[in-house]
Amino acid sequence: MSTDLETVIGLECHVELDTDTKMFCGCRNEFGGEPNTNVCPICLGHPGTLPVPNEKAIDYIIRIGLALGCEIAPNSLFHRKNYFYPDMPKNFQISQYDLPICVNGHLGIEAEGELRTIGITRVHMEEDTGKTAHASATGRIHGAAYALVDYNRAGVPLVEVVSEPDMRSAEEARAYLNELRAALESLGVSDVRMEEGSLRCDANISVRPRGESELGVKVEIKNLNSVRSLFYALKFEEERQRKAVEAGEPLRQETRHWDEDSGVTSPLRSKEYAFDYRYFPEPDLPPLEPEGARIERIRKDLPELPAARRRKLEETYDLPADQAQLLGSSSDLYAAFEATLAKVEVGPRMVANWVINHPRGPAAVVQESDAIAAVLQLVNDGTLSALKGKEVLDEAVESGKSPVQIVEEKGLKQVSDTGELGAVVDEVIAENPKPVEQFKAGKEGVLGFLVGQMMKKTGGSANPKVAGDLLRERLSGG
Amino acid sequence: MTAELCDLTASELSERFRSGETTPSQVGDSCLARIDAVDADVKAFLSVTSDLARKQAGGGDGKSEAVAGIPLALKDVLATRGIATTCGSKILENYVPPYDCTPWARLREAGSVLVGKTNMDEFAMGSSTENSAFGVTRNPWNLETVPGGSSGGSAAAIAAGEAVWALGTDTGGSVRQPASLCGVVGLKPTYGLVSRYGLIAFASSLDTVGTFTRSVRDAAMLLSSIAGHDPKDATSLPEGRRDYTKDIHGDIKGLRVGVIEQAFGEGVQPEVSDAVRAAVDRLTGLGAEAGEVSLPHTDYALSAYYLIAPSEASSNLARYDGVRYGYRAQGAKDSVEMMSKTRGEGFGDEVKRRIMLGTYALSAGYYEAYYGQAQKVRTLIIRDYERAFADYDVLVSPTSPTTAFRIGEKTGDPLAMYLNDVFTIPANLAGVPAISIPCGLDSNGLPIGLQLTAKVLGEPALLNAADALEKDLAFSAKPPLIEAMA
Amino acid sequence: MPVEIDVEHVARLARLQLSADEKERLREQLGLILEHAAKVGEVAADDVPPTAYAIPRSNVLRPDEVEPSLSHEEALAGAPEVEDGRFKVPRIVEAE
Ligand SMILES: [Mg+2]
Ligand SMILES: [Zn+2]
Repeated sequence: MSTDLETVIGLECHVELDTDTKMFCGCRNEFGGEPNTNVCPICLGHPGTLPVPNEKAIDYIIRIGLALGCEIAPNSLFHRKNYFYPDMPKNFQISQYDLPICVNGHLGIEAEGELRTIGITRVHMEEDTGKTAHASATGRIHGAAYALVDYNRAGVPLVEVVSEPDMRSAEEARAYLNELRAALESLGVSDVRMEEGSLRCDANISVRPRGESELGVKVEIKNLNSVRSLFYALKFEEERQRKAVEAGEPLRQETRHWDEDSGVTSPLRSKEYAFDYRYFPEPDLPPLEPEGARIERIRKDLPELPAARRRKLEETYDLPADQAQLLGSSSDLYAAFEATLAKVEVGPRMVANWVINHPRGPAAVVQESDAIAAVLQLVNDGTLSALKGKEVLDEAVESGKSPVQIVEEKGLKQVSDTGELGAVVDEVIAENPKPVEQFKAGKEGVLGFLVGQMMKKTGGSANPKVAGDLLRERLSGG
Repeated sequence: MTAELCDLTASELSERFRSGETTPSQVGDSCLARIDAVDADVKAFLSVTSDLARKQAGGGDGKSEAVAGIPLALKDVLATRGIATTCGSKILENYVPPYDCTPWARLREAGSVLVGKTNMDEFAMGSSTENSAFGVTRNPWNLETVPGGSSGGSAAAIAAGEAVWALGTDTGGSVRQPASLCGVVGLKPTYGLVSRYGLIAFASSLDTVGTFTRSVRDAAMLLSSIAGHDPKDATSLPEGRRDYTKDIHGDIKGLRVGVIEQAFGEGVQPEVSDAVRAAVDRLTGLGAEAGEVSLPHTDYALSAYYLIAPSEASSNLARYDGVRYGYRAQGAKDSVEMMSKTRGEGFGDEVKRRIMLGTYALSAGYYEAYYGQAQKVRTLIIRDYERAFADYDVLVSPTSPTTAFRIGEKTGDPLAMYLNDVFTIPANLAGVPAISIPCGLDSNGLPIGLQLTAKVLGEPALLNAADALEKDLAFSAKPPLIEAMA
Repeated sequence: MPVEIDVEHVARLARLQLSADEKERLREQLGLILEHAAKVGEVAADDVPPTAYAIPRSNVLRPDEVEPSLSHEEALAGAPEVEDGRFKVPRIVEAE
């Protein structure tokens, strides 16, 4: 019989910080650009050059640490991580080793209806590498004749967030990554675009008999370029490892590569001889000893985090969980929601609907919030139908006129007057004897059809609610 | 005999510039002529920048800065924009930096005149300038002997009148020891006082830029124009600019001089000990109070140094891989082989030895026993100095245990070569300033150097004491090579 | 006693191609140097803190302000081989 196995997952995420300049030199930190144009003697590793750390990057990592509930180390050190690779200009990476800036944090997640707290081991500062293009048909290393290196990305500030092996399923890992991404996004420290590589993630996964405290044979998975690939790679790997254990086959501690197209992981390189990075304190960089005042200033500036936003959306505004999730996880949507809500007297649910479904995106919501507020008001008091409201908004944005003016000019005002609509009700009842019979026989659904007829006759200006009420009244009373 | 312009001190020359008696162009030409006359024998220079020198000398006639118009030589470890900078290595044979090191940038701004880049032990690893990929520099006092190292080219150039002053670098004695062997003044400032930006790193936590001059006053002058905070170097001290010549006032009455016990033992050439002891008597004659002081961990400094410096070097020199600049080996089938071959062919023996040593000392399983322990010894050395400076203002020792040795004498025995730096290394480990001044000649007519050491940022007291002693000793001998020209 | 070191392994870590002669010489010389260097273990007691920096400093930072980069041509000027605006290297094998 199969043993009861437990999956253990930990994630190491690399986050490129959205500073103006690189970590240790004044070159522009920007995505894309012609190869080798954002480079200088320092980030090209020229002889004699020296690194000086970017103050903004240090502030950002402290901000991340505080948001993740970490302790900010009173004394932290840069180390050199030594290994040779053509995309590393100095053939060592300035990173952190036993004295990272932030330690012992946590992140709350919700997966499959369960709340869990995932430990954050450490958050440390390092620098990114350049980019290597392999000259082969597939762009993969295998079969390439040579490689070309672009150092534009070399030296970009990179923060590594290492979780504890606290996750027990691919679902939890996915929730963690989504939550971490949302948190980082809310802090305004990174683009967190996985497709552009500003958020990258490696996963460690092993299985063990439930109840066992020792970790199983750990496999590291690389090339996880989206939340989706993280999820499916972990699903695949979990299954592979479980089958192996159940079949009594040995697992190897190794690094595996996720192939998106074939949906499988395969061994990347064997760790026959473990890497020896020869870490030692970076002699060119004095220690970091963040002053209390600096930490407090950063703490005061911390924005509301996604978890707090969601709580507020659900508890204060009474939004359903899925809307709270959507609005709370995006700073732009959340800002748009708050900006609009502040300008209208309509309910938060209606505002949330409009913000989430806005065709021009959250940034436009903030920009158009005056017009949106006016339209919402018109829809809410019955002057406009929701459908017409969207049209009026589009026109208001385009023409710069106020929604009230547009409604008046075009005669779009919804007819809610019972006297005016009374005549139309009579016509509709007279022209549709069969549906009228059906309704009277208890077939409630027919009412919608009859309301539709009323809308048709009024050119869409009838208030559907008033029309429905009138119809019902006539038919049940008569 | 009247000295030629190129043999004068910078202080004398700048006085003559002020009075209009001499122009920078005349001095520049004098140095270039001397280079023509002697450098085929001395081989102090890797490149001579005569066109630039003439241009700068011509343009500097109006400048008022003290260093303006004075011909300067730079050790080829200092990056100079548009001028090949090789570090004495085949791996950087064709390297032309796209930027200037900070010390040269400051001097250039102030109207300094660059006559050339000087030879050195490859990547500043050595004590004899025999480890250069581009040939051996010879000591102007005796062409059969070494000039010391690693800044042997700069020291020889100043001794031979090929430049009036020069910059070198000192990681374990590489300014002071060649200064001692070549009979000139060599100053290693406090770590971080002069920016390391553009100094091609050997051992980052020990590297300093130092000066070669013909007088202590000149050292103060040159230091004044290169010292002071540089935002490009995170280890640069916050000190502002300072005129160190103002710290020289001639009075050393009451100066507390500690004579380092450990520096007069076995292995020290007796003539060297005697000359240094005699100089101590001169100091007391000038009103200083001398006493013996112990630096008990001196014996361990060499061991710590030969772990810390190679460890840092193994990492600093990793960037020479044939990808972005410099030499690349041909015929490699993949990147790993290309890098290994490039480094195998591009580095010389001593550099390979130290890279191997440092890689080993940092590697898994050995870090604590070697690098970790060496760092603790470094703490002990610092404490030794702290105790000594509680009682004394400056410390005295020989700079080097011996005078210049014969070319080839120690090349087969790395440990014997390393012992040259036994008295200079502790100052680098502790970051304190030290200066070597000539204090006599041995029976072979070779110069003897005396080292004074002060506490961190103790340059004012150090320079004042050295100046007073220098004036009292009145060492005025010139290498026979130069005497013969007069 | 001279220290025995695995020259092959260290040379691989350091990316140094060495001849058989060089390896033999280094095995011998490094063994002697390390024997001498191992003296550091004799004096440094457990309670002595390590020193990594000659002079203690902390929090040396630079403002996040853009400074001029090199021109594309300057950046590539010293490169042994260039293609398509990038630094060209022989193929990279997976087992770096
Ligand atoms: Mg990392
Ligand atoms: Zn740069």
